[in-house]
Amino acid sequence: MPEHDLVCFATRGFDSEPWSLDNYLSVGGYRAWQRVLDGELDRAAIIEQVKASGLRGRGGAGFPTGLKHSFMPREAPMQKYLVCNSDESEPGTCHDREILRLNPHSLIEGMAISAYAMGATVAYNYIRGEFIDEPVPRFEAALQEAYDAGWLGKDIRGSGIDVDIHTFVGAGAYICGEETGLLESLEGKPGKPRFKPPFPAQHGLYGAPTTINNTQSLASIPTIILKGPQWFVDVGVEGSSGTAIFSISGHVERPGNYELPLGIPFRKLLEIAGGMLGGRELKAVIPGGSSVPVMPAGNIIDATMDFDAIKAAGSSLGTGAVVVMDETTCMVGMLRRISRFYYAESCGQCTPCREGTGWLYRVLTRVMEGTGTHADLDMLVDVANKIEGHTICALGDAAAWPVQSFLKHFRHEFEYMIDHGGRSIVAAPDAAAA
Amino acid sequence: MDEKTVSIEVDGKPVEARAGQMLIDVTDRIGIYVPRFCYHGKLSVAANCRMCLVDVERAPKPLPACATPVTDGMKVSTRSARAISAQKATMEFLLINHPLDCPICDQGGECELQDLALGFGRGVSRYTEKKRVVADKNLGPLVSTDMTRCIHCTRCVRFGQEITGIQELGAVGRSEHMEIGTYIEQSVDHELSGNIIDLCPVGALNNKPYRFSARAWEMAVRPMISPHDCAGSNLYGHVLRGTLKRVVPRENEAINETWIADRDRYSCHGIYTEDRLNVPMIKRDREWLEVTWQEALASAAEAIAGAVADEGDGLGILASPGSTLAELYLLQRMAAGLGTAHLDHRLRRTDFRDQQADPVWPWLGSSIAGLEQLEGILLVGSNLRTEVPILAHRVRKAALAGADVGFVNPCDYEYLFDSAFVEAPFADFTRSLAGVLAAAAEDLDKPAPEHVAEAVSGAVVEAEHRAAARVLLGKERTLVLLGHIAQRHPRFADIRVLAAALAELVGGQLGYLPESANSVGAALAGCLPHRGIGGTAAQAAGYDVHGMLSSPRRGYILFGIEPDRDMAESELAEAALMSADAVVGFTAYVNDALLECADVLLPIGTFAETAGTYVNAEGAWQSFDAAADPVGDARPGWRVLRVLGNALGLADFDYRSAADVRDALRRELGEAPPPDNSYRGSLSIAALEPVDVDPAVLDVPIYAVDAVVRRSEPLQETVLGRARDESEEPLAASAS
Repeated sequence: MPEHDLVCFATRGFDSEPWSLDNYLSVGGYRAWQRVLDGELDRAAIIEQVKASGLRGRGGAGFPTGLKHSFMPREAPMQKYLVCNSDESEPGTCHDREILRLNPHSLIEGMAISAYAMGATVAYNYIRGEFIDEPVPRFEAALQEAYDAGWLGKDIRGSGIDVDIHTFVGAGAYICGEETGLLESLEGKPGKPRFKPPFPAQHGLYGAPTTINNTQSLASIPTIILKGPQWFVDVGVEGSSGTAIFSISGHVERPGNYELPLGIPFRKLLEIAGGMLGGRELKAVIPGGSSVPVMPAGNIIDATMDFDAIKAAGSSLGTGAVVVMDETTCMVGMLRRISRFYYAESCGQCTPCREGTGWLYRVLTRVMEGTGTHADLDMLVDVANKIEGHTICALGDAAAWPVQSFLKHFRHEFEYMIDHGGRSIVAAPDAAAA
Repeated sequence: MDEKTVSIEVDGKPVEARAGQMLIDVTDRIGIYVPRFCYHGKLSVAANCRMCLVDVERAPKPLPACATPVTDGMKVSTRSARAISAQKATMEFLLINHPLDCPICDQGGECELQDLALGFGRGVSRYTEKKRVVADKNLGPLVSTDMTRCIHCTRCVRFGQEITGIQELGAVGRSEHMEIGTYIEQSVDHELSGNIIDLCPVGALNNKPYRFSARAWEMAVRPMISPHDCAGSNLYGHVLRGTLKRVVPRENEAINETWIADRDRYSCHGIYTEDRLNVPMIKRDREWLEVTWQEALASAAEAIAGAVADEGDGLGILASPGSTLAELYLLQRMAAGLGTAHLDHRLRRTDFRDQQADPVWPWLGSSIAGLEQLEGILLVGSNLRTEVPILAHRVRKAALAGADVGFVNPCDYEYLFDSAFVEAPFADFTRSLAGVLAAAAEDLDKPAPEHVAEAVSGAVVEAEHRAAARVLLGKERTLVLLGHIAQRHPRFADIRVLAAALAELVGGQLGYLPESANSVGAALAGCLPHRGIGGTAAQAAGYDVHGMLSSPRRGYILFGIEPDRDMAESELAEAALMSADAVVGFTAYVNDALLECADVLLPIGTFAETAGTYVNAEGAWQSFDAAADPVGDARPGWRVLRVLGNALGLADFDYRSAADVRDALRRELGEAPPPDNSYRGSLSIAALEPVDVDPAVLDVPIYAVDAVVRRSEPLQETVLGRARDESEEPLAASAS
């Protein structure tokens, strides 16, 4: 067992059906919600506590959750919505899936508390279509349990508080994880992000004030209310409170989801994941999902895993999806694979992303096929620069950052491939020396 | 909305703007051009093309001018290095997959992408990968597609969503595989859908019938006015060596905004047809002979003189309400000079009982733009979308802006917005309308006016009548609008009395939807049996259309009419014309009915080939010059009338231009009579007995309203055009 308290994975230790309501209740589940229902905390107090906890969104952008909740016109007499973003699609990221599978009640309780705090009586959980087999039925079953136990519905336990939660299953588009693309999809339209402003807190789902939060962010809230914001602050480091689930993939001995305090040294994280696969050398790490800039081994090895430290080291904590790459990894192939993803997942509405992502992918393909030129490398960076910051949503940036960072840190691999007719530096006769 | 003014700075110039206004509207107003593709003043903001990115101080990245509201103190640079770099970047992205087929693209020379590429594009593309190819879609007979050229601005998609109200086009697929299409295989059918051609900034959507027939820069651009309905939409004709090749909208916010109906755009394909009358013809011993103008005019004069031999009573003059003001005025003067009062233009009307109570010029009862400001509009007997598509759009805008709209109609035509509906069967129309009047009287707790009291007391009031009455009740600005179906109805006089009583009861306006492009002008010019110029009472009333046909005349002048197609009582007309001694037809086309009944056929130009003036539904006089050269030996109608007038020895027929004729009428009118639709008649109605009605006569299909439209093949091939063929006999075969 880990040496610290768990937030989202609190029920993970149970051998039998960790996702059941009984197990959740046995670790303090719904006690925070009960306090709210008992009137111990009003809306403002809940939001103050979330603010004080320093919880930052776990969906990638790291925006302070309490602050986001405070943007809602919570006392305005109109329908408002909370939407949970379980459209977890960032390559490398798989922690929301685990929450839905193993501790769905933490999310339900977090949604109920947050919805009430923002004056929303209806909340939707938008779950990606690929989760249809296990996470969706698991969440649905938990929702039924919660309704049956009287934790949701109208006038919950005589408190006068109404909260209804509905599940919505998407159709598997990455762009629906972008909050306004998600809203469009939830409204039954193609998932094309909206131009902001207006922001969802003013004009969101069906034109009503709406807040969209990530699954892990919402699932953290019951514990924050129960144990108090200071406890959460103390778990992490300054600027990065609490625990986060790191999805560690790639060349490690034990890839998986690990809930750990933010600010943990990268070395320690690597050690928990069993160290490098086969004891090989670390080459690079993508610390927060495929969108964030890649970090060469030297830049990350001594860093701590928190928002500020990773930012200072030249990347972003993103979703906490840590992709570990060892010396055998061809960085050209890796970038081409990432670029293919953004090319396929661009929604197509705005020009730079629609046209630029395909261009990047095609040039990278050409480099791998041995027909690239050195001029192509400058052009790749130039095209990426022309996508970045020019699009409606952040997908354009997400497509640009990997190209910029791979070429910044590993340009020699691209040049080697161009000079050697498409052969990767890792396949070179003297690869070990490279 | 927020009326606060803010001060901003654009390219170093201080500018005042309304808070919340989009930046691009401000830059457009002060004449600073920001390049754009997806932005369009009449459509919602999409912000997807990213061409209008500008540099805003303190913004971390360039912002789209079309979607950035101005705030106080904002400093904007549209030409800074960052702005230009962003705009050039977008242009490069747009061009990588756009085909370089400008030389074979109809849009070439008038293409927004081509124009902006000149300023923002590179000379040579850096893109060396394969280009995208997209399958073309078949959108029907009006709009051609070259979807590989599409830049995904979605203007056409938003046009459907927002302007017409049917989303006929949409974006399917994502990333660079996103395509504009119809979801399922179908055509774009809305009567305004041709406007997507103008909206498309590239050559993806183009004018199908016009395809490959001219280049934009070869053609002269001539202002024109639509002859097909009473809106008087402003058009530009594009003319190649005297031939009208295509028609596009001419912006006029007061009338057609930036739109035109498909009827206006594609009717030009009905001008150059096989059955145009190219030379004058006269009939001798049942044989048609082609003759010179002199011979034809002499024959015409002789025929007319014969008919008026006994005090003019033997001659009847029937004129198309789509004729120009000059033509109608000359016909009026000709009738007066020949001593006949049998003169009419109301060819589709059948009920003339209460014609003395007609307004001097029956008008809309509101300005066209003012329709949008109304709070309640009740349309009585109107298939508005087919009668006047451009006004249907205004009414839809009013409805979307919150006005209540109701229809009293024989069937529930599709209006693409929420509206009240009273089913008023053709035969029993008055009874249903009386129900609405009764409902209004009941609600207001006021008695219905005495002359309709009996009809109202006999009416059955149901929920639908109350709903229709509520459209008008408790509002300041309301309009009861009599549509074409009402005005063509055999009980029009009763319908009008009821509608007028309703308007008066609720304190609203009474409006008429004029039948044709120049119905208002015809009334002003005195092309009526019971009135002279400007509505002066005739000394002795002549026969109206029905009278002229049911008491056949010895001779007739038919001006711009196909008697089998343009008249309500075509069978009666056929009998009367066949029995006449002499029929002189002024016509652009020959058809079987004319060949059968006429004795002299004089070829006149269509709307495109003559100068003239139309007075539209709101009373606007709109003059135009001939856009195209006349076909064959055809001559503008006013000129033929003028020469014929000389041949008949009529005084003061020496005009030099259509404008001269118009000015003569204007002088005679003096101070133009003010618009006044108020009903001052005394018709009292009691029993509302059902009446025999031929629905086909009342509800004329959209592409059957006049001779030109009926001959436009692309229009006839549309779903709306084909629907007509299925419901009626096919168009009379053209003369060989």
